[in-house]
Amino acid sequence: MISQLFILSSKGDHLIYKDYRGEAGSDVIDVFYEKVTALTGDQPPVVMSHKDLHFVHIRQGGLYWVATTTADSSPFSIIEFLNRLSGLVKDYCGSLSEKAIQMNFALIYELLDEVLDYGYVQTTSSDVLKNFIQSEAVSSKPFSLFDLSNVGLFGAETQQNKVAPSSAATRPIQSSRDPGGKSEIFVDVIEKMSVVIGSNGVLMKADIEGEIRVKCYMPSCSEMRIGLNEEFSVGKSQLRGYGAAVRVDECSFHQSVQLDEFQSHRILRLCPSQGEHTVMQYRLSDELPSAPPFRLFPSVERDSAGRLLMYLKLRCDLPPKRSVSLLPEGAGLSQELSSPDQSAELQLQNRTVFWKIPRLCGGTQLSALFKLDVPGLSSASMLEVGPVGLSFELPKWTGTGLQIRFLRLSPVHPGPSQRWVRYVTHSDSYIIRI
Amino acid sequence: MPYLSGKETVKELRRALSNPNIQSDPLRYRNTVLKVIRAMSQGVDVSDLFSEMVKACATVDVVQKKLVYVFLCCYAHLNPELSLLVVNTLRKDCLDPNPMVRSLALRSMTNLRLPSLVEYVEQPLTAGLRDRAACVRRVAVLGWAKLHNLQPGSEIDGAVVNELYSLLRDPDPVVMVNCLRALEEVLKDEGGVVINKPITHHLLNRLKECDTWGQSEVLRVLQRYRPQSEDELFDILSLLDSSLVSPHPPVMAATLSLFLSLCSSLPAVSQAALERVRGPLLAACGSGSREMRFTALCHIQLLLRSIPGLLGEHYKRFFCSYAEPAYIKRRKMQVLVELVNDENVVMILDELKGYCTDVNTDTAQTAISAIGRIGQSYSDKCLEILTGLLGLKQDQITSAVVQTIRDLVWACPQCSDAVSSALEGCEEVLQDSQGRQALLWLLGAYGERISSSPYTLEAFIDGVRSETSMELKMELLTSTMRLFLCRPAETQDMLGRLLHYCIEEERDMCVRGQALLYYRLLQRGIAETRNVLQLRRSDPSMGVLIGRPAEPFSQWVSSFNTLEPLKHCSVEVESTSRGSPEHLASIPKSNADLPDDLDCRQLEMVHLGSDGAAQRLGCPAGLPAPGAEPSVTLSLSPAVTPEEFERLWTQRRASRSEQESADEGDDGTWIEDTIRCGAVPHCSPQSLHAAMQLVNIQTLAFTPSHSLPWKVFLYTHTWRADASCSTLVLGELLYAGELNPKRPAEGETEGNEQTQATADGDKDVKVTLRQQPHDVSALRVFLSVLTTVLHTLSSEVESE
Repeated sequence: MISQLFILSSKGDHLIYKDYRGEAGSDVIDVFYEKVTALTGDQPPVVMSHKDLHFVHIRQGGLYWVATTTADSSPFSIIEFLNRLSGLVKDYCGSLSEKAIQMNFALIYELLDEVLDYGYVQTTSSDVLKNFIQSEAVSSKPFSLFDLSNVGLFGAETQQNKVAPSSAATRPIQSSRDPGGKSEIFVDVIEKMSVVIGSNGVLMKADIEGEIRVKCYMPSCSEMRIGLNEEFSVGKSQLRGYGAAVRVDECSFHQSVQLDEFQSHRILRLCPSQGEHTVMQYRLSDELPSAPPFRLFPSVERDSAGRLLMYLKLRCDLPPKRSVSLLPEGAGLSQELSSPDQSAELQLQNRTVFWKIPRLCGGTQLSALFKLDVPGLSSASMLEVGPVGLSFELPKWTGTGLQIRFLRLSPVHPGPSQRWVRYVTHSDSYIIRI
Repeated sequence: MPYLSGKETVKELRRALSNPNIQSDPLRYRNTVLKVIRAMSQGVDVSDLFSEMVKACATVDVVQKKLVYVFLCCYAHLNPELSLLVVNTLRKDCLDPNPMVRSLALRSMTNLRLPSLVEYVEQPLTAGLRDRAACVRRVAVLGWAKLHNLQPGSEIDGAVVNELYSLLRDPDPVVMVNCLRALEEVLKDEGGVVINKPITHHLLNRLKECDTWGQSEVLRVLQRYRPQSEDELFDILSLLDSSLVSPHPPVMAATLSLFLSLCSSLPAVSQAALERVRGPLLAACGSGSREMRFTALCHIQLLLRSIPGLLGEHYKRFFCSYAEPAYIKRRKMQVLVELVNDENVVMILDELKGYCTDVNTDTAQTAISAIGRIGQSYSDKCLEILTGLLGLKQDQITSAVVQTIRDLVWACPQCSDAVSSALEGCEEVLQDSQGRQALLWLLGAYGERISSSPYTLEAFIDGVRSETSMELKMELLTSTMRLFLCRPAETQDMLGRLLHYCIEEERDMCVRGQALLYYRLLQRGIAETRNVLQLRRSDPSMGVLIGRPAEPFSQWVSSFNTLEPLKHCSVEVESTSRGSPEHLASIPKSNADLPDDLDCRQLEMVHLGSDGAAQRLGCPAGLPAPGAEPSVTLSLSPAVTPEEFERLWTQRRASRSEQESADEGDDGTWIEDTIRCGAVPHCSPQSLHAAMQLVNIQTLAFTPSHSLPWKVFLYTHTWRADASCSTLVLGELLYAGELNPKRPAEGETEGNEQTQATADGDKDVKVTLRQQPHDVSALRVFLSVLTTVLHTLSSEVESE
C-alpha cells in the first residue's frame, strides 16, 4: 500500500507529486530530501522513516522515485513497483530524464492515476494501460530513423543500413499509434559479466547474467516465436546437440512465455505487449565456455627516482574483427603520469588512474606506462596499488554463446514491420588483481 | 513565464482561463489547463483558480477532464462549497456511455475526500458495483473503502459488505483483489476480511489469473488462514509450490511468508521451503536494480540467522562488484562472514583482503572488521592478513586493524602472542582517538609481553595535556595502572606524573574521579590494587565460538517481507562487530567480579554498607532465591535517547496504574526497592555518572546534588548468554529527604513492599525499575550491581 508517490530531480526539485490516501501533507517531500542528502556513506538509503511514515525510494535515470508507506508493507513489492513504474514512464516518454518528465507530466499523472488507486497497484501491463492513456508523449527531440550517419553516399545501400541506430529503441511507444509510425520489434540479448582474475592470472570468479529483452512497438498483438540455439542446455548434466554446448545454470521466464516447444525445439512463444519486457533471464557461474575476453599483464615497480611505475599490457582475446568501444579502467593511487596514445586521466579524489580506450580490436594488445610521483613511497605501499577494474561494452558478442536462431511473427503482420536482434555484453564488474 | 512570481503566474492563468476566445478553442483551452497543472506540480499555490477550473471540467475532451480532476482532487478540501458544483458534473459523467469516463468520474468523486459529499457519492458507487465494465467495478469497490475511511466510526452498511463479499467471485481478477483490499479496510475493526475455508480455496484457485501485484496481495491476506487438517495444509502447500520459485521477488517473498506462517509447527517443511527459495532469492541478489539487491540481501541475513549453512556453497554470489555502492558492499560482507566454512574460508579471506585497501574508507573498515569476525573461528589466517595490513602504515587502515585486533583478542585470548609482536610502531601511524584507545587497551592488557610498551605509554602521557578525548584519558589511566602492576620499575615515574596531572589539573570530572579512585586504591596497598585491577583478558561468556547458535524461525518470521529488516539489522550487527570489550561488562555468578575496573567482592569488603543486596532483593519483589544466577551482561548500546526514555517511562507508568495490583504487565516488570545509601544524593553528579558508566549503566538526567527530592534517571541493557535474550531496564532513583521517613509518595501503592519502612528509612534511596521484556534473574543481577555501586559511592562521600 502506497500512501504518496513523488518524483524528485537529483537537485530536489519537485517533478511529480501524487497523494493517494490523504494521510500526510506534501511537506514530506522536503523531509525526504533533507534526509536523503544528510545520509553518510555507510548508511543504507533505501528505507528511511520519519515519525510513522516510511520512505522507500529508488534511483533511476538520476531521479528519486519515492513512495511513502507503512512499516508492514512488503519492500519487495514496493521496490519492484517503483522499478516497473520507471520502466513504464520510460516506455511512454521514450527516455528517462528530468526533462522528459517535465515535458510529459500530464501523461505521467494520467499513468499514475491508472496504475494505482487508493495506494493499491491496479495494473502495470502496458496492454491494459494503452486503452486508458490518452495524452500523447512529447519527445525532447524529434525522432528520425533516417539519421544522416545511416544513409550512404547518394542514397546507396550500405552495410550500415542493416543496423538500427542505437536511438531507435528510445522513443515513446505511443507514437506507434500514428498511421505513419513504424511497427518494429527489438529483441536484445544482454549479458553482464562479473569476473575476478587473481594476481597470478587465475580466474577466481566468472559469472554471466543474461537476459533477453523484447521491446515492442507493434500496435496490435501478434504471436512471436523466438528460437534459441538448439544446443542450449540448462543445468550441469544436460547436454544437447552435437555442436559446442551453450550451457547456463539457471534460467527463468516471464509468465507470459509459453514453453511447450522449449523442451523439444528451444522455442519461446509469446504475445509481446507494447513496451519493454524481460522475456527470459539466465545465469552461468564459474564455467565460461571461452576464455575471458580480456587479460592484463601488469608490472608495478619503483624506479630509481622514487616514482611508481605501472606498466600495463592489455590483451583482447576475442576473435578478430570484433571491436570494443570505450574502456576506462582504474587503479588505486595518485600523481603525475605520462602515457601513450589513448587518453588517461588522474582522479586524485578517488585516487584512481583512468585509462580510456575508445576502441580495441579483437586479437590485439595495447600497453601503457604510468609514472606516478607519490610522496613517501615505500615498498609497503606497492601493496596498496589496487585492482584494475575494466568496464566495457562488447557488441555482437555473448559470453555464453547464446544466439537467436530466428524470430517469427505470426500471423504475418501487414505493412512494413521490422525485426531487430541485437547482442551486447557489458561488464558488471571485471576486476584484475595486481 | 518562468520568471514571474507565483502570484503573477496565477493572475496570468486566471485571465487566460476566463478568456472566451480560449474557451472556445479546445486545443488552447487544454493547453491553458495544462499550464495550471504544471504550475501546481512545481509547487506554486494555484488554489485560487478553483472556480475557473470547475468550469473547465464541463468538456468533452477526456484529456482535459483528467487534468482538471487532478487539480480538483488536490484542492477540494480548501473549497468544500465550490466542490458541490463539481459533483453534478461528476454524477452526469457516471452515466456516460464510455466506461472509461464512468470510471474516471467515479474515481475522482471518491478522491475529493470531502465528508460533506458522501451522500451524493453513495448512489453512483452502488450503481458502480453492478456496472457492466470491469474497470468501473474496480474503482467502485475501492471507492467504498475510501468512503468508509472518510467517516471513521460510522456504521458499516451490512448490504454493502455483503455485496463486496459476493464480488469476490467477480470474473475480473483485479475486482476480486480490490474487494479483498476494500474489505480489509472496511472491516479493520473486526480484524479484516473473514478468511474461511471456502474463501481461501476460491482465492487459491484463482491465484493464477491475478498479476504479480494481485498475487502478493492475496498471499498476504491468506496468512491469517489456519488449515483444518494436515491434508488440507499439504494440498495448499503443493498448490503454492510454483509461486515459491517465482521469478518475481514480491510473489516469492509473499509465498515464503505464507509458507512459514502455515508451517510454524513443522520446522522440517519450513526448512525445505527455505531451501527451495534459495534460487530466486539469489537471483534477486543479482538483480539489475540495486535497491532490489539490497532488499534481498537484508532478507538473506534474516534467513541465515536460522540456517547458517543455507548458502555456504554460493558464497561467490556475495563477492562485491567494482561499481556497487558502499551500503551494498557492506551487507555483502556481513553475509560473507556468516557463510564461512572450512572449504571456502581461504577464498573468502582472499576476497575480503582485496577490499581492505578500498578507496572508500567505510568499505575498507567493514572489510577489516569482517576479517576480525572470521578470525574468531580461523584466527591464524586472519591474524596473518591483519598484521600484513599494519605494514602499510596507513592511518585509517591501521586504526581499523588495531580496533579489530582488540575485539579479536577479547574473544580469543589464544592469539595474543601473535598480536603483541605486531603492535610495535603502530602508535606513530594512528591518528584517531578510537584507534589509539584500542592500542592503549592492548598495551594495558599485554604490556608485559611488548618490550616497548612503557615508552609508548610515556609518549601518550607526555602529550596528555593536549589531549581532548575523555575516553582516551580514562583508557590511558587504566592502562598505565595495569602496566604498573606488571612492570613497576619502568612505569612508576610516569604513573606518578599522570595521576598528578589528572588530579591537579584535569578539568574533566570523570577523568579526575577515576584518577582519584586509583590514587586511593594505591594507598590501600599493592595487593588490594592488584585484586581490583585484576584484568579479565577475554569475554568469559564465550567459548570457542564457531558461528552463532541457530535461532528458531519464529524469531524473525513476523518481520520477514516488511520494511523492518532493511532498517534494523545494520544496527544489530554494528553493536556486535564494533563494540569494544569495555562496553560489555559481564557479571557472572553471584556478581563475584565485575571485569576490568570494579571488583565488587573487593568493594563489598571495603565498604561495610552492603549487607547483601540479594538478600534485600529476595523479599520485596518475590524474586527467586539467589544462588542460581545466570551470567548476565550489561551494556549501553543501543543507546536510548532522553525522548525515547521519557516516552517508554511514561507509557509504562500509565499502563501500570491501570492494573495496580498486578506486579507484572504483559510487556515487562515493575520493581520497587530501597537501597540504604543516604550519602549518595550528596555526591556530585559527575562522579555518579562516572561510577555508573564503569559498570555500564547510563544515567540520563539528574537533579543537582543536595536538592530535594533528589532524582536520577538511568537505563541499561541486560544480555543473558545462556538464554541469548536481552532486556531493557529503565530506572529511577528517588531520595525524598531525611524529614520524610516514609517512602516518597509516588501515587501508587504496592502493599507487599510498604512493610519495609524502618527506622533508618531516612537513608533509603527508593529505586523504581522497569524491565522489558520480563526476566527476573537478569533484573536481580542488575539490582545487585546498582546496589554495589551506590554503596561504594555512598561510603566514599561519607569518608570525605
